[in-house]
Amino acid sequence: MTTAKKELAVAALENGTVIDRIPSEQLFKVVSMLSLDTIPNSITIGNNLSSKKIGAKGIIKIANHFFKDEEINKIALIAPDATINVIHNYEVVEKYHITLHDTLRGIIRCNNPKCISNNEPMETVFHVTRREPLEVTCRYCHRSMKAHEIEIL
Amino acid sequence: MKKESLVSINDLSKEEIIELLEKAKSFEQNPNRRVLEGKVIATLFFEPSTRTRLSFETAVNRLGGRIIGFSDAATSSSSKGESLKDTIMMVNNYVDLIIMRHYLEGAAQYASEVSSVPVINAGDGANQHPTQTMLDLYSIYKTQGTLENLNITMVGDLKYGRTVHSLLQAMSHFNPTFHFVAPDELKMPQEYKLFCEQNNIPYYEHRDFSEEVINQADILYMTRVQRERFTDLMEYERVKNVYILHNSMLDGSKPNLRVLHPLPRVNEIAYDVDNNPKAYYFQQAKNGLYARQAIICKALGIDIE
Repeated sequence: MTTAKKELAVAALENGTVIDRIPSEQLFKVVSMLSLDTIPNSITIGNNLSSKKIGAKGIIKIANHFFKDEEINKIALIAPDATINVIHNYEVVEKYHITLHDTLRGIIRCNNPKCISNNEPMETVFHVTRREPLEVTCRYCHRSMKAHEIEIL
Repeated sequence: MKKESLVSINDLSKEEIIELLEKAKSFEQNPNRRVLEGKVIATLFFEPSTRTRLSFETAVNRLGGRIIGFSDAATSSSSKGESLKDTIMMVNNYVDLIIMRHYLEGAAQYASEVSSVPVINAGDGANQHPTQTMLDLYSIYKTQGTLENLNITMVGDLKYGRTVHSLLQAMSHFNPTFHFVAPDELKMPQEYKLFCEQNNIPYYEHRDFSEEVINQADILYMTRVQRERFTDLMEYERVKNVYILHNSMLDGSKPNLRVLHPLPRVNEIAYDVDNNPKAYYFQQAKNGLYARQAIICKALGIDIE
Protein backbone atom coordinates (compact mmCIF):
# COMPACT_ATOMS: atom_id res chain seq x y z
CA MET A 1 0.00 0.00 0.00
CA THR A 2 2.72 2.43 1.05
CA THR A 3 4.83 1.50 -1.96
CA ALA A 4 1.95 2.04 -4.35
CA LYS A 5 1.24 5.45 -2.86
CA LYS A 6 4.89 6.48 -3.06
CA GLU A 7 5.17 5.44 -6.67
CA LEU A 8 2.04 7.36 -7.45
CA ALA A 9 3.39 10.42 -5.66
CA VAL A 10 6.73 10.33 -7.50
CA ALA A 11 5.05 9.75 -10.81
CA ALA A 12 2.83 12.74 -10.12
CA LEU A 13 5.85 14.98 -10.57
CA GLU A 14 6.07 15.91 -14.22
CA ASN A 15 9.48 17.57 -14.05
CA GLY A 16 11.71 18.09 -11.05
CA THR A 17 13.84 16.50 -8.38
CA VAL A 18 13.05 13.92 -5.71
CA ILE A 19 15.41 13.62 -2.77
CA ASP A 20 14.77 10.28 -1.14
CA ARG A 21 16.10 8.41 1.87
CA ILE A 22 16.77 11.37 4.11
CA PRO A 23 16.95 10.35 7.79
CA SER A 24 13.73 11.67 9.39
CA GLU A 25 15.52 13.72 12.05
CA GLN A 26 17.55 15.51 9.36
CA LEU A 27 14.70 16.30 6.98
CA PHE A 28 14.11 19.89 7.99
CA LYS A 29 17.84 20.58 8.20
CA VAL A 30 18.08 19.45 4.58
CA VAL A 31 15.19 21.79 3.71
CA SER A 32 17.02 24.68 5.26
CA MET A 33 20.47 23.74 3.84
CA LEU A 34 19.02 23.80 0.35
CA SER A 35 17.12 27.03 1.13
CA LEU A 36 13.91 25.43 -0.09
CA ASP A 37 11.90 27.96 1.91
CA THR A 38 13.00 30.65 -0.53
CA ILE A 39 12.05 29.04 -3.83
CA PRO A 40 8.54 29.57 -5.18
CA ASN A 41 8.13 26.11 -6.83
CA SER A 42 5.66 23.60 -5.49
CA ILE A 43 7.32 21.34 -2.96
CA THR A 44 6.00 18.20 -1.31
CA ILE A 45 7.62 17.06 1.90
CA GLY A 46 6.96 13.70 3.50
CA ASN A 47 8.43 12.59 6.79
CA ASN A 48 8.54 9.53 9.08
CA LEU A 49 7.84 7.23 6.16
CA SER A 50 9.01 3.66 6.70
CA SER A 51 12.21 2.61 4.99
CA LYS A 52 13.76 -0.85 5.01
CA LYS A 53 17.23 0.64 4.66
CA ILE A 54 17.28 3.48 7.19
CA GLY A 55 14.16 3.00 9.37
CA ALA A 56 12.24 6.27 9.31
CA LYS A 57 12.89 8.45 6.32
CA GLY A 58 11.95 11.73 4.80
CA ILE A 59 11.36 12.58 1.16
CA ILE A 60 11.30 15.91 -0.67
CA LYS A 61 9.83 16.50 -4.10
CA ILE A 62 10.50 19.79 -5.83
CA ALA A 63 8.74 20.57 -9.08
CA ASN A 64 10.67 22.16 -11.96
CA HIS A 65 13.87 22.56 -10.02
CA PHE A 66 17.22 20.88 -10.62
CA PHE A 67 20.23 21.12 -8.38
CA LYS A 68 23.85 21.70 -9.24
CA ASP A 69 26.27 19.06 -7.96
CA GLU A 70 27.95 21.27 -5.38
CA GLU A 71 24.56 22.43 -4.17
CA ILE A 72 23.16 18.98 -3.56
CA ASN A 73 26.35 17.34 -2.32
CA LYS A 74 26.51 19.50 0.75
CA ILE A 75 23.62 17.54 2.26
CA ALA A 76 25.93 14.48 2.23
CA LEU A 77 27.17 15.68 5.63
CA ILE A 78 23.81 15.04 7.29
CA ALA A 79 22.09 12.62 4.90
CA PRO A 80 24.88 10.42 3.51
CA ASP A 81 22.51 7.75 2.14
CA ALA A 82 20.19 10.13 0.31
CA THR A 83 19.41 9.41 -3.34
CA ILE A 84 18.52 11.95 -5.98
CA ASN A 85 15.94 11.20 -8.68
CA VAL A 86 15.76 13.56 -11.62
CA ILE A 87 12.33 13.49 -13.26
CA HIS A 88 11.51 14.53 -16.80
CA ASN A 89 8.08 13.87 -18.29
CA TYR A 90 7.00 11.68 -15.36
CA GLU A 91 10.07 9.45 -15.93
CA VAL A 92 13.08 9.02 -13.68
CA VAL A 93 15.83 9.95 -16.13
CA GLU A 94 18.64 9.93 -13.62
CA LYS A 95 19.08 8.36 -10.19
CA TYR A 96 22.23 8.74 -8.12
CA HIS A 97 23.69 8.72 -4.63
CA ILE A 98 25.10 11.93 -3.32
CA THR A 99 28.81 12.00 -2.60
CA LEU A 100 30.79 14.08 -0.17
CA HIS A 101 33.44 16.10 -1.98
CA ASP A 102 37.04 16.29 -0.71
CA THR A 103 36.70 20.04 -0.16
CA LEU A 104 33.66 21.66 1.45
CA ARG A 105 33.23 25.37 0.83
CA GLY A 106 30.88 27.57 2.82
CA ILE A 107 29.01 24.67 4.40
CA ILE A 108 30.52 24.13 7.85
CA ARG A 109 31.29 26.52 10.68
CA CYS A 110 34.68 26.04 12.35
CA ASN A 111 34.26 25.29 16.04
CA ASN A 112 37.42 27.16 16.94
CA PRO A 113 36.32 30.63 18.10
CA LYS A 114 39.85 31.95 17.44
CA CYS A 115 39.80 30.79 13.81
CA ILE A 116 40.00 33.62 11.27
CA SER A 117 36.95 32.15 9.49
CA ASN A 118 34.77 33.01 12.52
CA ASN A 119 36.04 36.57 12.60
CA GLU A 120 36.05 37.68 8.96
CA PRO A 121 33.26 37.87 6.39
CA MET A 122 34.71 34.97 4.41
CA GLU A 123 33.84 31.52 3.11
CA THR A 124 34.87 28.59 5.30
CA VAL A 125 36.88 25.80 3.66
CA PHE A 126 37.18 22.30 5.07
CA HIS A 127 39.05 19.30 3.78
CA VAL A 128 37.64 15.82 4.33
CA THR A 129 40.62 14.17 6.05
CA ARG A 130 38.87 10.87 6.82
CA ARG A 131 35.63 9.35 5.55
CA GLU A 132 34.93 6.43 7.90
CA PRO A 133 34.35 7.76 10.49
CA LEU A 134 34.00 11.24 9.05
CA GLU A 135 36.60 13.84 9.99
CA VAL A 136 37.02 17.28 8.46
CA THR A 137 39.88 19.76 8.94
CA CYS A 138 39.71 23.55 8.67
CA ARG A 139 41.92 24.91 5.90
CA TYR A 140 42.74 27.95 8.03
CA CYS A 141 43.31 26.96 11.65
CA HIS A 142 43.77 23.20 11.02
CA ARG A 143 41.23 22.27 13.69
CA SER A 144 39.82 18.79 13.03
CA MET A 145 36.19 17.98 13.73
CA LYS A 146 34.34 14.68 13.90
CA ALA A 147 30.82 14.14 12.57
CA HIS A 148 29.03 14.98 15.85
CA GLU A 149 31.01 18.24 16.20
CA ILE A 150 30.09 19.56 12.78
CA GLU A 151 27.88 22.61 12.73
CA ILE A 152 26.24 23.44 9.42
CA LEU A 153 26.15 27.10 8.41
CA MET B 1 62.87 32.20 -8.74
CA LYS B 2 59.17 32.64 -8.18
CA LYS B 3 57.64 34.72 -5.46
CA GLU B 4 55.82 32.84 -2.76
CA SER B 5 54.21 33.20 0.64
CA LEU B 6 55.38 31.30 3.70
CA VAL B 7 52.42 30.39 5.90
CA SER B 8 53.49 27.13 7.51
CA ILE B 9 56.76 25.23 7.87
CA ASN B 10 54.93 22.37 6.15
CA ASP B 11 54.92 24.46 2.96
CA LEU B 12 58.65 23.75 2.66
CA SER B 13 60.20 20.58 1.28
CA LYS B 14 63.39 19.11 2.72
CA GLU B 15 65.34 20.60 -0.20
CA GLU B 16 63.86 24.05 0.37
CA ILE B 17 64.72 23.88 4.08
CA ILE B 18 68.33 22.97 3.30
CA GLU B 19 68.55 25.72 0.70
CA LEU B 20 67.27 28.27 3.22
CA LEU B 21 69.81 27.10 5.81
CA GLU B 22 72.63 27.56 3.29
CA LYS B 23 71.34 31.05 2.50
CA ALA B 24 71.11 31.87 6.22
CA LYS B 25 74.73 30.78 6.59
CA SER B 26 75.71 33.10 3.77
CA PHE B 27 73.82 35.99 5.37
CA GLU B 28 75.55 35.33 8.65
CA GLN B 29 78.91 35.79 6.91
CA ASN B 30 77.68 39.02 5.39
CA PRO B 31 74.35 40.31 6.70
CA ASN B 32 74.63 43.72 5.02
CA ARG B 33 73.67 43.52 1.34
CA ARG B 34 71.52 45.95 -0.53
CA VAL B 35 69.43 43.34 -2.35
CA LEU B 36 66.15 44.99 -1.24
CA GLU B 37 67.09 48.40 -2.64
CA GLY B 38 63.93 50.09 -3.90
CA LYS B 39 61.62 47.60 -2.16
CA VAL B 40 59.03 48.52 0.44
CA ILE B 41 58.00 45.89 2.98
CA ALA B 42 55.07 46.02 5.37
CA THR B 43 55.27 44.67 8.90
CA LEU B 44 51.66 44.34 10.04
CA PHE B 45 51.60 43.35 13.70
CA PHE B 46 47.98 42.98 14.78
CA GLU B 47 49.36 41.61 18.02
CA PRO B 48 52.46 43.09 19.64
CA SER B 49 55.61 40.97 19.44
CA THR B 50 58.65 43.15 19.92
CA ARG B 51 61.20 40.37 19.56
CA THR B 52 59.88 39.04 16.25
CA ARG B 53 59.20 42.48 14.79
CA LEU B 54 62.65 43.85 15.60
CA SER B 55 64.26 40.76 14.10
CA PHE B 56 62.29 41.13 10.85
CA GLU B 57 62.81 44.88 10.64
CA THR B 58 66.55 44.49 11.24
CA ALA B 59 66.63 41.86 8.50
CA VAL B 60 64.94 44.26 6.04
CA ASN B 61 67.10 47.23 7.06
CA ARG B 62 70.33 45.30 6.67
CA LEU B 63 69.21 44.30 3.17
CA GLY B 64 68.54 47.92 2.22
CA GLY B 65 64.72 47.73 2.09
CA ARG B 66 62.26 50.27 3.51
CA ILE B 67 59.54 49.45 6.04
CA ILE B 68 55.97 50.61 6.62
CA GLY B 69 53.52 49.12 9.10
CA PHE B 70 52.22 49.09 12.63
CA SER B 71 53.23 47.27 15.79
CA ASP B 72 49.88 47.03 17.52
CA ALA B 73 46.33 46.59 16.18
CA ALA B 74 45.18 49.47 18.40
CA THR B 75 47.04 51.89 16.11
CA SER B 76 45.66 50.36 12.89
CA SER B 77 42.29 50.69 11.24
CA SER B 78 41.33 47.21 12.43
CA SER B 79 40.49 48.96 15.71
CA LYS B 80 37.81 50.81 13.70
CA GLY B 81 36.40 47.48 12.58
CA GLU B 82 38.13 47.13 9.24
CA SER B 83 38.34 43.53 8.09
CA LEU B 84 41.67 41.80 7.60
CA LYS B 85 40.89 41.44 3.91
CA ASP B 86 40.38 45.18 3.48
CA THR B 87 43.59 45.97 5.35
CA ILE B 88 45.54 43.55 3.16
CA MET B 89 43.90 44.83 -0.04
CA MET B 90 44.92 48.38 0.88
CA VAL B 91 48.48 47.55 1.99
CA ASN B 92 49.28 45.30 -0.99
CA ASN B 93 48.85 48.34 -3.22
CA TYR B 94 51.89 49.90 -1.61
CA VAL B 95 54.39 47.16 -0.86
CA ASP B 96 56.36 44.28 -2.34
CA LEU B 97 55.99 41.95 0.65
CA ILE B 98 53.80 41.68 3.75
CA ILE B 99 55.13 40.31 7.03
CA MET B 100 52.19 39.71 9.31
CA ARG B 101 51.57 38.73 12.92
CA HIS B 102 47.95 38.12 13.93
CA TYR B 103 46.18 36.85 17.04
CA LEU B 104 43.71 34.74 15.04
CA GLU B 105 44.55 31.25 13.80
CA GLY B 106 44.60 30.88 10.03
CA ALA B 107 44.92 34.65 9.48
CA ALA B 108 48.16 34.24 7.49
CA GLN B 109 46.66 31.61 5.19
CA TYR B 110 43.69 33.87 4.49
CA ALA B 111 45.89 36.93 3.97
CA SER B 112 48.04 34.99 1.49
CA GLU B 113 44.90 34.06 -0.45
CA VAL B 114 43.63 37.63 -0.80
CA SER B 115 46.99 39.40 -1.17
CA SER B 116 48.57 40.19 -4.53
CA VAL B 117 52.05 40.20 -2.92
CA PRO B 118 53.69 37.39 -0.91
CA VAL B 119 52.87 37.09 2.79
CA ILE B 120 55.27 35.81 5.46
CA ASN B 121 53.57 34.50 8.57
CA ALA B 122 55.20 35.96 11.67
CA GLY B 123 52.85 33.97 13.92
CA ASP B 124 49.08 33.43 13.76
CA GLY B 125 47.67 32.74 17.21
CA ALA B 126 48.48 29.25 18.45
CA ASN B 127 48.73 28.00 14.86
CA GLN B 128 52.03 28.52 12.99
CA HIS B 129 55.25 30.50 13.32
CA PRO B 130 57.46 29.17 10.51
CA THR B 131 60.30 31.69 10.84
CA GLN B 132 60.76 30.64 14.48
CA THR B 133 61.06 27.06 13.27
CA MET B 134 63.60 28.08 10.61
CA LEU B 135 65.77 29.81 13.19
CA ASP B 136 65.52 26.75 15.44
CA LEU B 137 66.60 24.56 12.53
CA TYR B 138 69.44 26.92 11.66
CA SER B 139 70.61 26.90 15.29
CA ILE B 140 70.60 23.11 15.35
CA TYR B 141 72.35 22.90 11.98
CA LYS B 142 74.99 25.43 13.02
CA THR B 143 75.79 23.87 16.37
CA GLN B 144 75.69 20.24 15.28
CA GLY B 145 77.01 20.62 11.74
CA THR B 146 74.07 18.57 10.46
CA LEU B 147 70.35 18.03 10.96
CA GLU B 148 70.57 14.28 10.37
CA ASN B 149 70.32 11.56 13.03
CA LEU B 150 70.09 13.83 16.07
CA ASN B 151 68.63 13.17 19.50
CA ILE B 152 66.21 16.04 20.15
CA THR B 153 64.88 16.26 23.71
CA MET B 154 61.91 18.57 24.21
CA VAL B 155 61.05 19.70 27.74
CA GLY B 156 58.12 21.44 29.39
CA ASP B 157 54.84 22.38 27.75
CA LEU B 158 54.62 20.01 24.82
CA LYS B 159 50.84 20.23 24.58
CA TYR B 160 50.29 23.89 23.69
CA GLY B 161 53.78 24.85 22.54
CA ARG B 162 53.46 25.55 18.82
CA THR B 163 57.25 25.86 18.48
CA VAL B 164 57.79 22.23 19.51
CA HIS B 165 55.04 20.98 17.19
CA SER B 166 56.46 22.82 14.17
CA LEU B 167 60.02 21.79 15.03
CA LEU B 168 58.92 18.17 15.32
CA GLN B 169 57.33 18.29 11.87
CA ALA B 170 60.27 20.07 10.26
CA MET B 171 62.83 17.69 11.82
CA SER B 172 60.88 14.70 10.52
CA HIS B 173 62.81 15.02 7.22
CA PHE B 174 66.10 14.33 9.00
CA ASN B 175 65.77 10.99 10.80
CA PRO B 176 65.68 12.27 14.39
CA THR B 177 65.05 10.50 17.68
CA PHE B 178 62.75 12.45 20.00
CA HIS B 179 62.50 12.46 23.77
CA PHE B 180 59.45 14.22 25.19
CA VAL B 181 59.75 15.34 28.82
CA ALA B 182 56.50 16.75 30.20
CA PRO B 183 53.98 16.50 33.04
CA ASP B 184 50.86 14.47 32.29
CA GLU B 185 48.76 17.59 31.71
CA LEU B 186 51.16 18.94 29.09
CA LYS B 187 52.13 15.79 27.20
CA MET B 188 52.80 15.78 23.46
CA PRO B 189 49.35 15.51 21.79
CA GLN B 190 48.32 12.21 20.25
CA GLU B 191 48.27 13.62 16.70
CA TYR B 192 52.00 14.42 16.82
CA LYS B 193 52.88 11.01 18.26
CA LEU B 194 50.84 9.47 15.47
CA PHE B 195 52.74 11.66 13.01
CA CYS B 196 56.03 10.22 14.39
CA GLU B 197 54.71 6.67 14.07
CA GLN B 198 53.55 7.23 10.50
CA ASN B 199 57.00 8.57 9.60
CA ASN B 200 58.90 5.83 11.46
CA ILE B 201 60.41 8.33 13.90
CA PRO B 202 61.30 6.81 17.28
CA TYR B 203 60.11 8.78 20.32
CA TYR B 204 60.23 8.23 24.07
CA GLU B 205 58.08 9.90 26.70
CA HIS B 206 59.34 10.83 30.16
CA ARG B 207 57.70 12.41 33.16
CA ASP B 208 61.00 12.90 34.98
CA PHE B 209 63.50 15.47 33.80
CA SER B 210 66.48 13.34 34.77
CA GLU B 211 70.18 13.55 34.00
CA GLU B 212 69.85 10.21 32.27
CA VAL B 213 67.60 11.86 29.68
CA ILE B 214 69.80 14.96 29.43
CA ASN B 215 73.01 12.94 28.99
CA GLN B 216 71.91 11.33 25.75
CA ALA B 217 70.63 14.50 24.09
CA ASP B 218 72.23 16.48 21.26
CA ILE B 219 69.66 19.25 21.58
CA LEU B 220 67.76 20.17 24.73
CA TYR B 221 64.79 22.26 23.63
CA MET B 222 63.32 23.95 26.72
CA THR B 223 59.87 25.57 26.86
CA ARG B 224 57.93 27.49 29.44
CA VAL B 225 55.42 25.70 31.67
CA GLN B 226 52.67 28.28 31.99
CA ARG B 227 50.41 28.40 35.01
CA GLU B 228 47.33 29.30 32.98
CA ARG B 229 47.58 26.02 31.06
CA PHE B 230 46.66 23.97 34.13
CA THR B 231 43.11 23.09 35.06
CA ASP B 232 44.36 21.73 38.36
CA LEU B 233 46.48 24.32 40.19
CA MET B 234 47.62 21.71 42.72
CA GLU B 235 49.16 19.88 39.78
CA TYR B 236 50.87 23.09 38.64
CA GLU B 237 52.34 23.65 42.10
CA ARG B 238 53.57 20.08 42.10
CA VAL B 239 55.31 20.20 38.72
CA LYS B 240 56.35 23.83 38.29
CA ASN B 241 59.85 23.26 39.68
CA VAL B 242 60.36 19.84 38.17
CA TYR B 243 61.15 21.10 34.67
CA ILE B 244 63.78 23.66 35.59
CA LEU B 245 67.25 23.23 34.15
CA HIS B 246 70.14 23.95 36.53
CA ASN B 247 73.78 24.14 35.47
CA SER B 248 74.78 21.12 37.55
CA MET B 249 72.35 18.96 35.55
CA LEU B 250 74.54 19.46 32.48
CA ASP B 251 77.69 17.97 34.09
CA GLY B 252 77.43 14.61 32.34
CA SER B 253 75.95 15.86 29.07
CA LYS B 254 77.47 15.29 25.63
CA PRO B 255 80.11 17.82 24.53
CA ASN B 256 78.04 18.77 21.49
CA LEU B 257 74.84 19.34 23.51
CA ARG B 258 73.24 22.76 23.11
CA VAL B 259 70.36 24.17 25.14
CA LEU B 260 67.72 25.97 23.06
CA HIS B 261 64.70 27.99 24.17
CA PRO B 262 62.34 30.07 21.99
CA LEU B 263 62.34 32.84 24.68
CA PRO B 264 61.10 34.60 26.69
CA ARG B 265 62.10 32.38 29.56
CA VAL B 266 60.67 32.80 33.04
CA ASN B 267 62.35 30.40 35.42
CA GLU B 268 62.66 27.17 33.43
CA ILE B 269 66.36 27.76 32.81
CA ALA B 270 68.25 28.86 35.92
CA TYR B 271 70.51 31.88 35.42
CA ASP B 272 73.57 29.81 36.33
CA VAL B 273 73.17 28.00 32.99
CA ASP B 274 73.72 31.24 31.01
CA ASN B 275 77.51 31.12 31.33
CA ASN B 276 77.77 27.48 30.31
CA PRO B 277 79.06 27.27 26.73
CA LYS B 278 76.27 24.79 26.06
CA ALA B 279 73.67 27.51 26.64
CA TYR B 280 72.70 28.66 23.18
CA TYR B 281 69.37 30.50 23.55
CA PHE B 282 70.72 34.02 23.06
CA GLN B 283 72.69 33.13 19.93
CA GLN B 284 69.60 31.23 18.82
CA ALA B 285 67.61 34.48 18.84
CA LYS B 286 70.40 36.17 16.85
CA ASN B 287 70.22 33.41 14.24
CA GLY B 288 66.64 34.56 13.65
CA LEU B 289 68.02 37.56 11.78
CA TYR B 290 69.87 35.42 9.21
CA ALA B 291 67.06 32.90 8.88
CA ARG B 292 64.61 35.75 8.24
CA GLN B 293 66.89 37.40 5.69
CA ALA B 294 66.96 34.09 3.80
CA ILE B 295 63.16 33.73 4.04
CA ILE B 296 62.51 37.32 2.89
CA CYS B 297 64.70 36.82 -0.19
CA LYS B 298 63.00 33.53 -1.00
CA ALA B 299 59.55 35.13 -0.68
CA LEU B 300 60.56 37.90 -3.08
CA GLY B 301 62.27 35.53 -5.51
CA ILE B 302 65.63 37.22 -4.97
CA ASP B 303 68.58 34.94 -5.49
CA ILE B 304 71.75 35.94 -3.70
CA GLU B 305 75.12 35.28 -5.38
